[in-house]
Amino acid sequence: MDSGHTSWMLIATALVFFMTPGLAFFYGGLVRAKNIINTVMMSFMSIAIVSIVWVLWGYSLAFGTGNAFIGDFSHIGLSGISFASAEGDDIPPLLFVAFQMMFAVITPALITGAFAERFKFSTYLIFLVIWSTLVYAPITHWVWASNVLADGTEVNGWLWDLGALDFAGGTVIHINAGIAAVAAALLVGKRRNPGIQPNNVPYVVLGAAILWLGWFGFNAGSALAANDSAANAFLVTSLAASTAALTWGVISHLKTGKMGAVGVATGAVAGLVAITPAAGAVNAVGSLAIGFGAGLICFFAVELLHKTNMDDALDVFAVHGIGGIWGAIATGIFALEAISGTQGLIEGNVKQVGIQAVAVIATVAYSGIVSLIILFILDKIPGLGLRSSESDEDIGLDLAEHGEQSAVQDGAN
Amino acid sequence: MLKIEAIFRPERVGAVTDSLLVAGVTGFHYQNVTGQGQQKGVEVVTGRGGQTTRSASSKTLLVTVVSNDKKDAVIEAIVSASRTGEIGDGKIFVSEIADTIRVRTGESGDSAI
Repeated sequence: MDSGHTSWMLIATALVFFMTPGLAFFYGGLVRAKNIINTVMMSFMSIAIVSIVWVLWGYSLAFGTGNAFIGDFSHIGLSGISFASAEGDDIPPLLFVAFQMMFAVITPALITGAFAERFKFSTYLIFLVIWSTLVYAPITHWVWASNVLADGTEVNGWLWDLGALDFAGGTVIHINAGIAAVAAALLVGKRRNPGIQPNNVPYVVLGAAILWLGWFGFNAGSALAANDSAANAFLVTSLAASTAALTWGVISHLKTGKMGAVGVATGAVAGLVAITPAAGAVNAVGSLAIGFGAGLICFFAVELLHKTNMDDALDVFAVHGIGGIWGAIATGIFALEAISGTQGLIEGNVKQVGIQAVAVIATVAYSGIVSLIILFILDKIPGLGLRSSESDEDIGLDLAEHGEQSAVQDGAN
Repeated sequence: MLKIEAIFRPERVGAVTDSLLVAGVTGFHYQNVTGQGQQKGVEVVTGRGGQTTRSASSKTLLVTVVSNDKKDAVIEAIVSASRTGEIGDGKIFVSEIADTIRVRTGESGDSAI
């Protein structure tokens, strides 16, 4: 165990943890004032529930040996995960478990933006358990699981073997959550009053800033060491966010004559999403191109999707789905051999773009279909169902689901 | 010329304003208020697991000024849009007002409403 690597990874893990409360503010500021507590609670409860799922069976299904498609039950309750580091480990095994736990926590929380302001809270808590188990764990296994058996044979996830580049989880986290958001938005239906009426724009900017900070842990931490790759990931992460925020702001200024804070904050998040798979593969100039593409593509994706009949309340698909797909493909374009060990399109390797596309298509298909099935079944179970009652939706989910309001005048006593 | 002040459940504000426009109201303003009526304004709040009560509840107070002939239509519009039949549906107050002046033009009377 190396104390330098371990120190950095402890901090990175805490940074990734803080992304989920950051997301709570980002989403919470975007909804109507009567739904802010409910929106914040959806992210917060993901921390409480998915952490438990992760140590009980999630980690085992994601990183256990198993086969190319899913892990096994060998690490139930973290059995077989040693307290003590083995010879040659950079970081303690339990630190890797904790770092990955934070990724598992934020992924379903990202989906909640799609069904904000109308989703039944009790059903959501059950959805967290099932979706983490049946969708998050397998896709994580495909991309990141790599185990060596006692006889020396390697058992890897099939996308790992294929050579797909996903440094910090563009497919596993963002495309996955983005497409599940489509399934959720379609099945839960449109709100009674669609549209975005942000109740607190500074919360949106604060949330985006916390996400940005946390993303240093997310991307630079995905090097799993304090090394050259982590430093490069740190730099390109920030640059992509800056470029995408600027691009989004300039486009909206050109179109409307004004540059809104909600748009710029959303642009920053789109840039962070897009650089996620590429952070271990591109250099600073590549990250500018990725950030520019993210701002441009996601801006028009939001516009286009608002014209459809799907009520993805907080544009999860446009930002995380489309931004994630752009990032995955752009990784295949801008990857540099000197950084990732793999050549991208700009160094003449056309094949890498195809490999990236396979990873995208597989994730979209699996997550989309299984998320639809899970939500369809939850909708049919008596006593559950996806949708809040009409009166709860009118009153606001803060009072209806939680018996609380974000800002009240004092009572007489 | 009448001033109509209506207190009703906050979640009904969209329905009330929609039906006011249908009833021919040309303008109104509203705000969220806190207070109590005959029900003593008891509101149950989820605290740290248990429940506490506070003697004040949140309502919306809407004010509009209309000509005398619109009185019944406007009251009916507010009642039909805000009534649930449960305790706490609110109140409507009607009062005479002396005059209305439109600031931009200086005209007064019913045509200034």
